[in-house]
Amino acid sequence: MAFDSFSAFIAMEGHGPYVWSCYAVFFILVAGMMIWSARRNRAVIEGCKRRFDQQQGTSGRDARPKASATFTRVEVSQD
Amino acid sequence: MWQFFHKLGSPKWFYGIATRFMPWLLASGLLLLAGGLAWGLAFAPADYLQGNSYRIIFIHVPTAFLAQSMYIMMAVAAVVTLVWRMKLADVFVKAVAPVGLVFTFLSLFTGAVWGKPTWGTWWVWDARLTSMLILLFLYGGVIALDRAINDEKSAARAVAVLVLVGVVNIPIIKYSVNWWNTLHQPATFKLTEKPSMPVEMWVPLLLSVLGLYLLFGWLACLRMKTEILVREQKTRWVKDLVMAGRG
Amino acid sequence: MTTDVRPGLKPVESGVGLFPAMAAVFMRDVRVAFRQRQDLLNPLLFFIMVVTLFPLGVSPEVEFLRQSGAGILWVAALLSVLLSLDHLFRHDFDDGTLEQLVLQPQPLFALVLAKTVAHWILTGLPLVVLTPILGIMVHLDGNSIAILCLTLLIGTPVLSLIGSIGAALTLGLRSAGVLLSLLIIPLYIPVLIFGTGTVAAASEGSPVAGYLALMGAFLVLALTLAPFASAAALRISLSNS
Repeated sequence: MAFDSFSAFIAMEGHGPYVWSCYAVFFILVAGMMIWSARRNRAVIEGCKRRFDQQQGTSGRDARPKASATFTRVEVSQD
Repeated sequence: MWQFFHKLGSPKWFYGIATRFMPWLLASGLLLLAGGLAWGLAFAPADYLQGNSYRIIFIHVPTAFLAQSMYIMMAVAAVVTLVWRMKLADVFVKAVAPVGLVFTFLSLFTGAVWGKPTWGTWWVWDARLTSMLILLFLYGGVIALDRAINDEKSAARAVAVLVLVGVVNIPIIKYSVNWWNTLHQPATFKLTEKPSMPVEMWVPLLLSVLGLYLLFGWLACLRMKTEILVREQKTRWVKDLVMAGRG
Repeated sequence: MTTDVRPGLKPVESGVGLFPAMAAVFMRDVRVAFRQRQDLLNPLLFFIMVVTLFPLGVSPEVEFLRQSGAGILWVAALLSVLLSLDHLFRHDFDDGTLEQLVLQPQPLFALVLAKTVAHWILTGLPLVVLTPILGIMVHLDGNSIAILCLTLLIGTPVLSLIGSIGAALTLGLRSAGVLLSLLIIPLYIPVLIFGTGTVAAASEGSPVAGYLALMGAFLVLALTLAPFASAAALRISLSNS
């Protein structure tokens, strides 16, 4: 351990604000990017699923599958 | 060999492989990064010149390193896009460019904050910071061009041309920025160049570089998978996959 | 009407050699430009105006102007080349000439090179000619002006060549102008650095032949690579529309 106490670790001999703000921004951005990418992946999968479900539901009755397809596509291609 | 090459170009094959490897990439990446950063923050000795502010190095160098090597990877993928028209290659470029932008920004931000206790100002027109700033512009250009072209195929190829033009320029830019720097402010105190770094400093640095690389691998796989799904949403295999609930 | 004043591309038979074809493309661009003289004047006016902004906006002091004059002129020249790049392929793209050009039996990169050379003769060269006058206005001494002109003479063709790639990539896109600047400005940085650096070195009395040779190397590199990249980009943009 390079520091004597926890408060010394936080203070970093006066360099604390610089070091910790860097680490905070790093964690926020990296974690944010990971979570955001995972959520978008989920959203795309859900979108595909909804579309396939709709197609299956409407294929027997021939009820405007085209319109629903274009609708989901617009939703999916957002980013 | 050719069969392998052919497989490599198949989005379906990649999707399967990526799904299998991603948990390992994530776990090992998080572990290494956490280990490296904890070691660097709490256990590595303070620098005799810069004191504790040097601990920013453990995120500054990995992000800068990754941002630069990602552009090179994108350039390799761009060659593959233009020469072999491999779908996965342009999926890679599209998926990775925003990540590169974020990492470049992070290395600039950490460099600027590091500069405050070291140089006394937030921003110094230092050769490395300036080169990174230009790299940020290059990433920005790639993303802007990709967004501006509606047709997916032309966007991929146009972006590939731009990335290649950029990668030819990067060494020239680096060289000229270095020269410009020596012209205007000779021999400033370099942030990351140390005469000799003790083992307790460079081992955690190496760990965090490796960890961030693995995390980037996870992130790239995830984003590529998303992009593949969007592009292949009309195909049979996506339908089977989604309906089976193995997204 | 623009269509009336623009002569069509003369039909080039497959028997015509490479250089006559390039010369034909070059002559056509020059002729078209001289029929729309305002388009020729605009970048020059822009150049002069940008230079005027600096004494007004920063300081008219002789010392400041002498020190940063070369930089001001280089930045202004860079911006006015950037401004004119939008025209490089735009008209030909709009009236379909460009597609004819792509279909010619001669390799596209050579024809693109001819167009780029014409662009430089019509915008870069006039800028170099204007530079001594503006150099006197920002109090540069004679030697610096001479070196500045020399660097611009070597540097502006590089700007046109690199710019042609950006112009080809953004062809037919919405807000192509801003996008073009975003893509191209980072690539212009080395030329700018060495252009102004050479003048700075000359004013300090150090030898500049090495720097000029290096800029010449940039020019050769751009001359050999840029036309290929532009030609590839043009094909992509045309297949897009």
